[in-house]
This record gives sequence, structure tokens and C-alpha cells, in this order.
Amino acid sequence: MYVRRLELVDFRSYERVGVDLEPGGNVLVGPNGVGKTNLVEALGYVATLASHRVATDAPLVRAGAATAVLRCAIVHDGRELLVELEIAPGRANRARLNRSPARRARDVLGALRLVLFAPEDLELVRGDPAERRRYLDDLLVTRMPRYAAVRADYERVVKQRNALLRTSYLARKTSGGRGRAARADAEGPAEGGGDLSTLAVWDTHLARHGADLLAGRLELVAALGPHVTKAYDAVAAGRGAASIAYRPSVELPDPVPDRSALEGALSAALAESRPAEIDRGMTLVGPHRDELTLTLGTLPARGYASHGESWSYALALRLAAYDLLRADGVEPVLILDDVFAELDSGRRERLAELVAGASQLLVTCAVADDVPNALRGARYEVSDGQVSRAD
Amino acid sequence: MYEGAIQDLIDELGRLPGVGPKSAQRIAFHVLSADPADVTRLATALRRVKELVRFCTVCYNVAESEQCRVCRDPRRSEEVLCVVEEPKDVVAIERTGEFRGRYHVLGGAINPLEGVGPDNLRIRELLARLGTGSVRELILATDPNTEGEATATYLALMVKPMGIAVTRLASGLPVGGDLEYADEITLGRAFEGRRAV
Repeated sequence: MYVRRLELVDFRSYERVGVDLEPGGNVLVGPNGVGKTNLVEALGYVATLASHRVATDAPLVRAGAATAVLRCAIVHDGRELLVELEIAPGRANRARLNRSPARRARDVLGALRLVLFAPEDLELVRGDPAERRRYLDDLLVTRMPRYAAVRADYERVVKQRNALLRTSYLARKTSGGRGRAARADAEGPAEGGGDLSTLAVWDTHLARHGADLLAGRLELVAALGPHVTKAYDAVAAGRGAASIAYRPSVELPDPVPDRSALEGALSAALAESRPAEIDRGMTLVGPHRDELTLTLGTLPARGYASHGESWSYALALRLAAYDLLRADGVEPVLILDDVFAELDSGRRERLAELVAGASQLLVTCAVADDVPNALRGARYEVSDGQVSRAD
Repeated sequence: MYEGAIQDLIDELGRLPGVGPKSAQRIAFHVLSADPADVTRLATALRRVKELVRFCTVCYNVAESEQCRVCRDPRRSEEVLCVVEEPKDVVAIERTGEFRGRYHVLGGAINPLEGVGPDNLRIRELLARLGTGSVRELILATDPNTEGEATATYLALMVKPMGIAVTRLASGLPVGGDLEYADEITLGRAFEGRRAV
């Protein structure tokens, strides 16, 4: 798969720009702040309908314009697909596929498979567990779109269950001491629906959707692990091996049981933590409290790894995702935003070896000489609001 | 901004679900230029809906007398009871012409985020109806979303010990459509609920 042409109208700093890209290597060169990352961000948006830099769409539209338009021609298996997106902050985005309107913007998901590494990804290693859960879930959805529904269902159930626990917590606090909520729970639903009488129902649904999500994540981590170790070994200076492990908030028997056993384990854990949950007014077990642990040698990467090691680890996580998708048979586009400046020449060469043979690779850099020769393909100069071919 | 009565009408129309400011303005000017008899009829209909429509004392569907049309119909089976969230769901199921039993309208679904618990729904009334012993099967036809599923699970937990068969509507592919147009969520559920032929 590769992107043949990208056109932007009123996107970020660009009023109107079009770039013809090549399969294989593409290098975008330009000084800092001229909009290289904006191009990367636009491609990321076509692939995921979200920016990797901001949570809302408003900053994506050029100041003074009402909407931004992204137009992206993607070649896959010799066929070209034209994806057009209109970003209108505060309204639903509109999408067209090969010039015919798509029913929902979501229908364009999957048209462009992309793995993007950007400086923000340092948070994958240094940030909260939520960052790593999102990394896993995004990859899970890319591999199997069914998980988009599983994830949404699970998040909704957690939200509802937390609302229920919080309401009873507040009711108890205001009525003082052991209030109505605790009593209703002890007496069960027959009492006529005290606040917590539906808790068992939410437990059932939490365990069902949670087991589904957990099974997906466990399978993913098992498949991803070797790729992470290999990628880290290539890009890091070689102090200790990287390994990832999934650490669930619920104790699981070894070997990992099947889906229905996971559901049983979650149900049991919920029953056990119920007093604590009622006490604190929130859901304390389940995949939303799990962690993906990143280990370097024998130490956890978070907290112990140096800046360089953390950065290499984050890059390795993205490269591993790329490897895994390739092993599945899709050839995603790979984008490395501002990567080579951080690496010494030995690691540059090794990274180049690892990603050579990508169906399409986009690299941004401030100095063209930072990019190893093996990856030099088409070269583009980026200057204020303009992109021009420079080879 | 317009003056006086016309702006009042636009404001009131704008409060209705699905009516934005532009539509409200268009409707208001349509009313202004319409035949006075038509407008009077509309005004009467609006007033009458609040004055006359009540909730059926048996199933809590909308009705114009003590009981709704379904509950008054002696040909409908007492043995099968279909639980729905809203009166509009009754209309949807009636359109199928398949169902000859009776209904029970809950008035919503369990939704802690909106502060709706079992006490706020007509669940006690449902259990009282089931207590009379004439119902053999309870069909749970709440919406196939998180809240509707939770409500269905809750009702199943309560009703099963009473020795009444509890069933849930199937979810899956729309009939007459193409497989390729089904979204991945629906198709995924349909896979889950596949059956032997």
C-alpha cells in the first residue's frame, strides 16, 4: 500500500498544497516550524480520523477558514482509492470514497493503513498506563475492526457502573455513616431497587465485554512481544533487552485461560473487590485498570530508562506494530517523524536495515544528511506553505 | 431577532427535538402565512394531546381511555408479554403484525449516568402483572445498546425465578440488505449469534 498523492486545503498552515509521493522512500526536508509534521498529521488523520497531536479538530483548520479538506489517493494491490475528508469543527466530518459520498466518515477507516512514529510517542514509555492501553487497543482495532465495538461497549459499561457506584457513594456520604446504599445491597434487589440493586447486572456486562477485550489484548501482546524485542535491539545502543508483558488488574491462572474462563475470573474479582468499590465509589478491577509493562533488562523502563532509552523504546513499540501488521499481510505506510536526528550513525544504519523494503516510507528531517543513503528515495523541500520536489 | 409573537413562536419551536433555529424560523413563517383554520386545527391538536392522552393503567402505553387499544382487545393473548422501553417501540412491533400478545412499557432503560434506576421505571408494575400467573413467556425487547442490554439482564434475573420463560430479541443483519453494506459491529454480532441450518 502507498499514498500516491496528498492534497490539503486550509489544513493547519497550508492554504492549498499538493504532493505526489513515490512508493519506497520519501524524505521531507525543511527547517523547523515550516509544516513537515502537518503533512504527517494529515496522513494520520486520513488513517484514524484523529490527530496524533491534538484532541479536537479546531486547530487543524487554517485560521480564518471554516473547513479543511484532505484528499488522499491510495494505491493498494494496483488499485487506486481516492479518500476525501472535509473537517468541520463542531460538525460531523464528511467523507467521499472515489468521489461518491460515504454514509459516515467512519467508512474511510481501513482505507489507509499507517504506522506513525512521532516525538509525542515518548509518552508511550513515560506517560500513564492509559497511554499504553490506548496503544494496544488502537492496534487491536486496526488488526480486527470488531474490537472497536468491544472497546466502546466496555467503556460505556464502566462509565455506567462508575456512575452507579458514585451516586450511592455520595448518597451515603450525605446521609451519614451506613446509609441506604449499603443496606439495599445487603438486602438485594427484592427490596425494590435501592441504588446498588443493579450492580450485579453491570458486573455481568462488565465481565462479558471485559473478557472479550482482555482476550484480544492478551493475544495481541503475545504476538507483539518478539517484534518489540527485535526492534529495540536494532535501534537501541544495546544495553539490555526489551520485553513487554501484560499485567492484568485481575489475577489470571497460567497458562492464560479461554474467553469464558476469563469472564469467570473477572466476575470473581468483581465480587471480591465489591466492598472496596462501594467504599470508594468506582470500578477497581477490569481491563481499564490493566497495564502493559515495559521492561529493559531487569528494570521497568518507566522511571528507570534514560531519555535515549525511553525514546528508543517508544520507537520500538511503533516498529513492532508495523512488523506485526506486515506479518498479517497488510503492507502499511510507515512514517518516521523527526527520528534520525536522535540517532547516531550506527543506529541509523540498523534502523534503515529494519525498515528497508517498506512499501512506502515517509521520513521528515531538518538536515537531509541525517537520513541513511539506503532510505533516500524521492526528496521534497518543505518551506512556508509549499512543498516541492527536490531531486 | 424578530419582534414579539413571531420570535416567541420561533423560540418555542426551537425547543423541540430535532428542530434547529433555521427550521424553527421556516416553520414559524409557514404558520404565519397558513390558513387560519389550519392553524386553529394545529393549536387544538397540541392542546388536546396534553388534555386527553393518558397512560394505560395496565401496560403504560399511551392511551385515550383507562386502557390502551391492545389491552382492551380480548383477542390478544395473555400468555405472552413483550417488554419495551417506549410507546414508540409498541408501534414499531405492531407494524410487524407478528405479535399477538400484550405489552409492558417501562418508560426508559436503566441508566445510572442519567440517574435512572429500576425504581424510576415501571418494573414493580411489571412484576405485579407477572404475579397473576397468566403469563408464560416474557419477551425482552429493550434497545440493543448498553443500557437496554443491562435492563434486559436485570429483568431476566428478577423474572426467571418466577418460572416464566424469558426470551430476548435477536440482533443481527437487516433482511433484504447486502452483507457488504453491514457495518463491522452488526456483522460481528451476527457472527456471534449464528445458528445451524
